[in-house]
Amino acid sequence: MKNAVEKFMNGLFFICGIVTIIAVLTISIYMIISGLPAIKEIGVWEFITGQVWKSTAADPQFGILPFILTSVYGTLGAVLIGVPVGLMTAVFLSKLSGPKLSAAVNTAVELLAGIPSVVYGLIGMIILVPTIMKTFGLKNGTGLLAAIIVLSIMILPSIISVSRMALNSVPPEYEEASYALGATKIETIFKVSIPAAKSGIAAGIVLGIGRAIGEAMAVMMVAGNVANMPSLFKSVTFLTTAISKEMSYAAGLQRQALYSIALILFFFIMLINIILNVILKRRAGR
Amino acid sequence: MNNRISAKRRAHSAILKGLIFLCSGITVVLLISLISYIFYRGLGNITWELLTTSRSALKNTIGILPNIIFTFYIILTTLVIVLPVGIGAAIYLNEYAENKRLVSVIEFAAETLTGIPSIIYGLVGYLFFCQRLKMGSSILAGSLTLVIMVLPTIVRTTQEALKTVPYSYREGAVGLGATKWYMIRTIILPSSLDGIVSGAILAIGRIVGESAALIFTAGTAYTLVTNYFDALGTSGGTLSVALYVYVSEHGEFNTGFAIAAILMMIVLFINYSTKLINKRLKKDR
Repeated sequence: MKNAVEKFMNGLFFICGIVTIIAVLTISIYMIISGLPAIKEIGVWEFITGQVWKSTAADPQFGILPFILTSVYGTLGAVLIGVPVGLMTAVFLSKLSGPKLSAAVNTAVELLAGIPSVVYGLIGMIILVPTIMKTFGLKNGTGLLAAIIVLSIMILPSIISVSRMALNSVPPEYEEASYALGATKIETIFKVSIPAAKSGIAAGIVLGIGRAIGEAMAVMMVAGNVANMPSLFKSVTFLTTAISKEMSYAAGLQRQALYSIALILFFFIMLINIILNVILKRRAGR
Repeated sequence: MNNRISAKRRAHSAILKGLIFLCSGITVVLLISLISYIFYRGLGNITWELLTTSRSALKNTIGILPNIIFTFYIILTTLVIVLPVGIGAAIYLNEYAENKRLVSVIEFAAETLTGIPSIIYGLVGYLFFCQRLKMGSSILAGSLTLVIMVLPTIVRTTQEALKTVPYSYREGAVGLGATKWYMIRTIILPSSLDGIVSGAILAIGRIVGESAALIFTAGTAYTLVTNYFDALGTSGGTLSVALYVYVSEHGEFNTGFAIAAILMMIVLFINYSTKLINKRLKKDR
């Protein structure tokens, strides 16, 4: 009897353990099965390099190059703004501030991470979009620039917390050696600590990239959602928003094409996951 | 000593130091202004009527009571399912698994799940739960989708909690003749309760803030359904989803800010309680 219970619990825990594997497999299989038909029908090349997306026209065209480029540019822009600010904040938290101030700033970072994306979108719509409109004298402030700014704020917490951990784990002997050679605190940080923590910082950046490329709602609220080729002040559509914008009413080939966009997005995300894993493995192996 | 450092080097250091302070300042000021603006615009719009009625096109009034209830139901359903599965998975990884390969595959799968964006969860949840399993757009389908989404969080926090239980406890229990399951039930799980609770709170935070995964799976409906079991089968939008719908589809920015203020209060509360638990955990050790 006792033995039977033990065996049963063992099996039960094993099943719980492999739920994550089953989930990943199911998601991958569903993405591939539902994403391939439209790509086959439209043609891989036409689908990925087509510059026109007219899914509801009488003679529909399904080219997603504008979405891919918008996602790539939007993510790059967010990284360009978010990484310096995030890295500097991480340096401050790890090397310059006292424990009390560090705890306060850290709480701020955690709270930034906890703010729901729709709230970022709302603030973007009400403050950012009108500001961009006025500053640059545009008819409409929605577009790539607004999305980049919102995304750069949203990826800050991932970059800060991961970089901070990496900086904290730099062996103090490295820094002490640098002081002994006459380097100042700041010189030590930039020439010793940051290079020593570079793989951890890279992991933080990749994590931020993943978050930026996958964000849908906040971007949907500020990017304008027209299928233009990317340009800072034009209304644009990201891979994520291309899906969510048309999901509620799409049917037939149009709906299948949305699944294909999701497959492309999924491919990007898996690539980022693998890169992240390689970086982390290499770090752990050191 | 400082005099020997050249003016150029000193200027260089000063500029970089200035940049560091500027960037940290930006982060903090950003957060403070975001929170104060949300409360400034939102708190005044939280009225008793908003909180206790449903939206009525007839009377042209807005109420978010159904959305509050749906949010609560989705949190409840998701946790009821994800806690046993997640804790079970963590126990398996920490206490049972002997095959190192399998452990690393499971951990890799959990990391992969963390990286998948919520819109993909929404799509697959829609294809699998709503269509394949014929649940339609419902609270249950939404909750099941979120179960997969927050599973890695629960597994990770529980695993960390399990790791803090001293090895001698296990040896002591086994030495006294306890079976493995008895030892887990009576010694390991109670000792790691705080960690599990903090994982559950983190999961609540993610559920409350989620929108993209829920729009396709649980829908955006706002009809009041009070019976829990009826609600499981009906479509319903959570607070975050309602915020999106009110703002993007109706241009109701005041309602949007009211909901945003409520969400921010929840976020602040969650942050505060995880801090409290972590402090207790540290004191225990």
